[in-house]
Amino acid sequence: MNVRAHVSMTFHLDKCIGCHTCSVACKNLWTDRKGTEYMWWNNVETRPGTGYPTGWEDQERFKGGWEKKNGQLELRLHSRARGLTNLFYNPALPELDDYYEPFTFDYQHLFSAPEGDDQPVARPVSMITGEPLNLEAGPNWDDDLGGSNLYAQNDPNWAGVAPEIQAQMAEIERVAFNYMPRICNHCLNPACVAACPSGAIYKRAEDGVVLVNENKCKGWRMCVAACPYKKVYYNWATGKSEKCILCFPRLETGQAPACFHSCVGRIRYLGAILYDADRIATAANAETQELVQAQLDAILDPFDPQVIAAARANGLGEDWIKAAQASPVYKFVKVWKLALPLHPEYRTMAMLFYIPPLSPIVSSIEEGLVRLELPPEKVDFELFNHLEKARLPLEYLANLFAAGNVEVIKPILRKLLAVRIYKRRQSVEGSIDPATLKIVEAAGTTPEEIEAIYQLTTKPTLQERFVVPPYHREMATEVWNDPLAHKGETGVGFIELPVRGD
Amino acid sequence: MNWNILLFQVFPYVALALLIIVSFQRMRGKPFSVSSLSSQLLERKLLYFGSVPFHWGVLFILLGHLLALLLPQGLLLWNAVPMRLFVLEITGLALALWTLGGLLVLLYRRLSNRRILAVTRPTDVIVLLLLLVSILTGILTAVMYRYGSFWFPSVFTPYLWSIFTLRPRPELVADLPFWIQLHVFNFWLLLAVFPFTRLIHIITVPLGYLWRPWQLVIWVRKHRRLQPIPPAAPPYPTSAKPQAALQDKGGAYGSD
Repeated sequence: MNVRAHVSMTFHLDKCIGCHTCSVACKNLWTDRKGTEYMWWNNVETRPGTGYPTGWEDQERFKGGWEKKNGQLELRLHSRARGLTNLFYNPALPELDDYYEPFTFDYQHLFSAPEGDDQPVARPVSMITGEPLNLEAGPNWDDDLGGSNLYAQNDPNWAGVAPEIQAQMAEIERVAFNYMPRICNHCLNPACVAACPSGAIYKRAEDGVVLVNENKCKGWRMCVAACPYKKVYYNWATGKSEKCILCFPRLETGQAPACFHSCVGRIRYLGAILYDADRIATAANAETQELVQAQLDAILDPFDPQVIAAARANGLGEDWIKAAQASPVYKFVKVWKLALPLHPEYRTMAMLFYIPPLSPIVSSIEEGLVRLELPPEKVDFELFNHLEKARLPLEYLANLFAAGNVEVIKPILRKLLAVRIYKRRQSVEGSIDPATLKIVEAAGTTPEEIEAIYQLTTKPTLQERFVVPPYHREMATEVWNDPLAHKGETGVGFIELPVRGD
Repeated sequence: MNWNILLFQVFPYVALALLIIVSFQRMRGKPFSVSSLSSQLLERKLLYFGSVPFHWGVLFILLGHLLALLLPQGLLLWNAVPMRLFVLEITGLALALWTLGGLLVLLYRRLSNRRILAVTRPTDVIVLLLLLVSILTGILTAVMYRYGSFWFPSVFTPYLWSIFTLRPRPELVADLPFWIQLHVFNFWLLLAVFPFTRLIHIITVPLGYLWRPWQLVIWVRKHRRLQPIPPAAPPYPTSAKPQAALQDKGGAYGSD
């Protein structure tokens, strides 16, 4: 057992209101520089939809992630030799128009326009060429366009969903959609790291954050194609790749990443988990249907004395073990088994876990009245027993979070529903009837667990949502140098500006 | 000092000195500035028709020159049969034309595409023009002064070796026709501008990728591995001096 810690994440999709505050916080902090305007290290997608960059899940085209070939795990993008021969031109690299051309508006024209018959307008201009631009895409271009035939219908996750259900989702009165915020998943088996010919991308062993060494990056841009989530971006101005850094300067000073901290819906949870690094290889190579379970098995119980001993032997401090025990991520993922990685079939073992969203019941409008497809009496009970009547099809959610395995999604939705039914009876009717207790039992949970899930879901404090393990930055200098020598040496030396070389 | 010595003896050493010293300094001191500066994100169709033929073509042509430098006898032996000489010359010429085609596409792309123009520096164009001179003079040499592969071993191999072994004999190229001299001088010029331009990406070709492990996991703060905090110890050691314990194990950079 090779125990390591990982600062891991959970997003509760039921709570996401799609306000994009996370995206803006990230943008203002990290990607407001030249060459990064088009990058959204954090973006919020409308699902069903094609996401950002458009159609990123189409791995036939973008060749992201890993695949099993003759029992061996190989990059979908290239073999090692092919990686070198593709340096001159990477056929799977998305181009700028798969994202969008960054633009601003010519506001100066409002002031400097010559006198005329018409009001002057601020035309959009490209932030690359500075020329006027006809806007055909932009950030959140498909926001809220659930049911649209341009976006929602081209979602690759419709695979295996019956055509009539797809058609139903496109009807204007039956449209349902949810939001899916995405950041770098800081995978356990990252394809970007494996694809980088220069070896510039690495995973920090201490906390699992995946980073690009900008000094080693030579702009071969294989990482952009290899990341199945398209969360590595190429800075066209400096010729270097950039990606989400999980705000590690904030983490190291005890703060949650900016997107987490600013989250209005409080959907984000962050905490350390302990995992067995020896199990990564087998877990990433599991059968497709067993991928989720294999990944969960690699996550260890931080209360298990054996795990604690192995963690100590591996150099993990008591404070990190304590943080792992208090981690909300561990609770959601392993204890309550409510959260799943996005697209486990990419075999990168994403360490960002999503709690899938519940959705309304399929209904139709007849003579101006809403008609539910389930009997309206005790409709929540009915939904519990007929999950297929939820508007977001189970198969769709399974394609997103469980490699198409509906049986993985069902118990999660049932447990989430059980929490709702139980708390609703408790707070509206005041007492729990036997029927509700039956539901609780059928969902495989207990009133105590429901109470705990409810607490952490609806009214967690900041400290409960973000359990940032102590990084001991205050000790960093002492570790590397004599503090007095360090004090005398700081300020001497030259830092290279991050600008493009000739 | 005459022109011959200046251009083919002094300048080569200036170029080589720049190549070695500045490249080393830039790789070490300004690593961020070293990049292939790919512009595939901004434009990909023309890049495919330019970059792929150019790079492969130039790679094989340089390899041919290198072989002629290292194995002159082998080249002469190969050329002893006229048929083989023709095959070699025709292959070389075809490669050169392929490279030229790619380079012209790249030049056109660089100067016509608005997005590419926005990321173009003067050095980018200078490099392309220098390469264009090299390829054009090379083709002229191959066509007008047949057969290059026949006389290269007796003219250029000794000249280049004389430069590299610090016993320069510039007179070897003194009486060559203008186009060939331009070809040689342009080579030294390319070496001289190498560390100041994007050409430097040539030495970063990541051959190590062929045998490095897939995953790179780096312990940023090795003290955690070297010095596990004992169970009873408080999380913030106040009096203990970590570096004293570390020195026993080779310091903070000690083996993992």
